[in-house]
Amino acid sequence: MNELLANGPGLGAWLSLAGLLFCIGTYGLLTRKNLVAVLCSLELMANAVNINLVAFSRFHGDELGQVFALFSIALTVAEVAVGLAIIILVYRQRQGIEIHELTDLRG
Amino acid sequence: MAAWIAFFALAVVLVGAAVMVVSARDLVHTVLWLALGLVTTAGVHVALAADFLAAVQILLYSGGVVTLMLFAVMLTRHLEGATARMRSESGARGVVVALMLAGLIGASLWRSDKLGAKAPAMEVDTAALGELFLGPLVLPFELLSVLLLAAMIGAIVLSRPEGPPGSVPRLPPRVTPPGGPHE
Repeated sequence: MNELLANGPGLGAWLSLAGLLFCIGTYGLLTRKNLVAVLCSLELMANAVNINLVAFSRFHGDELGQVFALFSIALTVAEVAVGLAIIILVYRQRQGIEIHELTDLRG
Repeated sequence: MAAWIAFFALAVVLVGAAVMVVSARDLVHTVLWLALGLVTTAGVHVALAADFLAAVQILLYSGGVVTLMLFAVMLTRHLEGATARMRSESGARGVVVALMLAGLIGASLWRSDKLGAKAPAMEVDTAALGELFLGPLVLPFELLSVLLLAAMIGAIVLSRPEGPPGSVPRLPPRVTPPGGPHE
């Protein structure tokens, strides 16, 4: 126990934190009604994944994990840009960005 | 010991901000809580010896993404102060799915035996990252710039006003005041 205290938080602690964040993001993704709020929840999940990558990089002593996290950040930013453009487009066409109104593709 | 205190401080702020992101009723508050969560994540990166990543996180996420999202919130709100309603009927479903996911992650963490490993001594070396990016990983790096260009063009094409190129965008009809237009 003393050794655990002296070593600081291990890989499991960081992975648990990231897993918790990912689950909270999933909950938001499924329950939020507004498209911008859904995108925020998605950001939360991507963020949790980045924490995982950096934690693995730290505990394996390899910089490659940080490189993956950098790629992931750049991809997320591109995703947000396109997502917000789609949100603006949806708003312009129907004056609202509530998810339950977007049922045009329902079979 | 200090590392554990830092970990728990970061974890409490991060989880609290995340809970507020998924539960805040005002959209602007949602985005601002997200900003807090992203800045705290930069702290997590510092604690995990990824200083350059922390700087990128603050520059790109807190500087870029949050500002963009605030713009989107302001542009798409009909009424000042309108709040985002929660979908009550899907709340239970969301809780069930999130709990199942948490169980899955927890179970796989529980079964793993490498979690208590002591972190090896690691130099924070941004130069090594740069050499990786421009050495063995130069092809994905350049592909990333193509992707960013594609995303930029896509965003412009999606959000530009309708009508042929070069035309004046349609404006909503102007309401003339009863006394006739001045000027």
